[in-house]
Amino acid sequence: MDAARRRTLVQAAAVAAGLAPAAVMAGAALTVGLGANPVETLTHETGEWALRLLLASLAITPLRRLGLTVLAPLRRTFGLLGFAYATAHFLIFLVLDLGLEPGLLIEEVAERPYVTAGFAAFVLLCPLALTSTRGWQRRLGRRWTRLHLLAYPAIVLALLHFLWLVKADLLEPAVYALVGGILLATRIPAARRALAGLRL
Amino acid sequence: MRMFRPPSIPSSEITSETTWLRRRELLAQGAGLAALVTLPGCFAGQESHAATEPSTLRALEGVTPAPRRFRTEEAQTPFEDASTYNNFYEMGTDKGDPVRNAHRLRPEPWSVVVEGEVGKPGRIGLEDLLAPHALEERIYRLRCVEAWSMVIPWVGIPLGAVLARFEPTSRAKFVAFETLVDPEQLPGQKRQILDWPYREGLRMDEAMHPLAILAVGMYGRVLPNQNGAPLRLVVPWKYGFKSIKSIVRIRLQAERPETSWSQSAPREYGFFANVNPEVSHPRWSQARERRIGEWRKRPTLMLNGYAEQVGHLYKGMDPKKLY
Repeated sequence: MDAARRRTLVQAAAVAAGLAPAAVMAGAALTVGLGANPVETLTHETGEWALRLLLASLAITPLRRLGLTVLAPLRRTFGLLGFAYATAHFLIFLVLDLGLEPGLLIEEVAERPYVTAGFAAFVLLCPLALTSTRGWQRRLGRRWTRLHLLAYPAIVLALLHFLWLVKADLLEPAVYALVGGILLATRIPAARRALAGLRL
Repeated sequence: MRMFRPPSIPSSEITSETTWLRRRELLAQGAGLAALVTLPGCFAGQESHAATEPSTLRALEGVTPAPRRFRTEEAQTPFEDASTYNNFYEMGTDKGDPVRNAHRLRPEPWSVVVEGEVGKPGRIGLEDLLAPHALEERIYRLRCVEAWSMVIPWVGIPLGAVLARFEPTSRAKFVAFETLVDPEQLPGQKRQILDWPYREGLRMDEAMHPLAILAVGMYGRVLPNQNGAPLRLVVPWKYGFKSIKSIVRIRLQAERPETSWSQSAPREYGFFANVNPEVSHPRWSQARERRIGEWRKRPTLMLNGYAEQVGHLYKGMDPKKLY
């Protein structure tokens, strides 16, 4: 199999995997239902999948450094899929929780730290999604790389958002934070060199 | 007067034929999304014997229908929702965990220790605790601190009448309650998410209020395990976490008792925990709530709509301190 064909296959598999949770949710909604509180189920599922896919996007660069160059295009694929779930997550909150009232959104963003963090993460992701095309990458040149460093504060804010909203059981957000911490640590120059040394 | 006759096999353990035939469907509902979509859920999809089918629970007979002041005419939450969407951290922290783990709890035989500032302390079997009282229906709104709500037809007995039988002394100013501790029956207790046992408490005048009941059933049948079988508190004007489940100890005392959530996060949960749309939880608003079964949120009522009946208990107190 030539490299281009392999890349296409990997890409298709990633898109299918990323869309599967949405398909499962839609299937459940049409058959067994989404439980007693469907709005909460949808909010939690879209939020968690946004986080998982953004972490997956963040894992691509270190994996590439380890020699898995075939995965390289998936950084954008996972990033955009994560952004799609984050958008659904935000819209569910805006429409079904806040009843589309701008006043309530301002109040929530201003007064609830977990909403502030989540909203800020979403705002930071918007320009990244908009400029994710090859055309924008070419046009922005070196500035594109600098702009996309915003992915780091965005993921930190998203992790804080999760950590700040649970009531007592911190285990799950802590696991996500640990994974996020490790992925961010691979960006430290010393870790980067070490990864390159481990090339498969 | 009627006797409470516990079944020889706890009814929650009996799987009816209809439930058995629907087992895959129930599994799909119970574990469904969690198992398919969330990673931790993948390990939680064991078959459950907990009742999500009312017919598996013993019907309670001779229940006095709720008089108007103890019933809301609002649409009742479907039994299936009320028995599958539960906060009972002793059975797991996800809303779907309690129904999956409920089969481990053995609600029979059951006894309760009543102690402290009472003339007649002691351990009493559940049947004997209930024997002198007529079972009453109460249809109450239940407002969770997480901003969702239900309407549930409970079956129980007035807490005040039960306490009076033990002859509280003049020093009894508060009532403290404790949930069973047994990690085999309540597997959520294997992790120290809260400092077990779960503890709750009321001021004496709150406990004596006719709205406060000890519930043994709902929807005309005994309580499903995941809803706090066999004996739980229901105080409808307070956030749901005050309504402690699977009670094994009731202590009357002079000092205000420690309560689990205010110990765990004193800045977020107080002793009173009265439903108040004007006092936000530090992390989210309490102004509105999602009634289970509805898509949009609705305004939350002062004292969960029971202000007329219990408002006088809090005269002169700072509502900001009543969270």
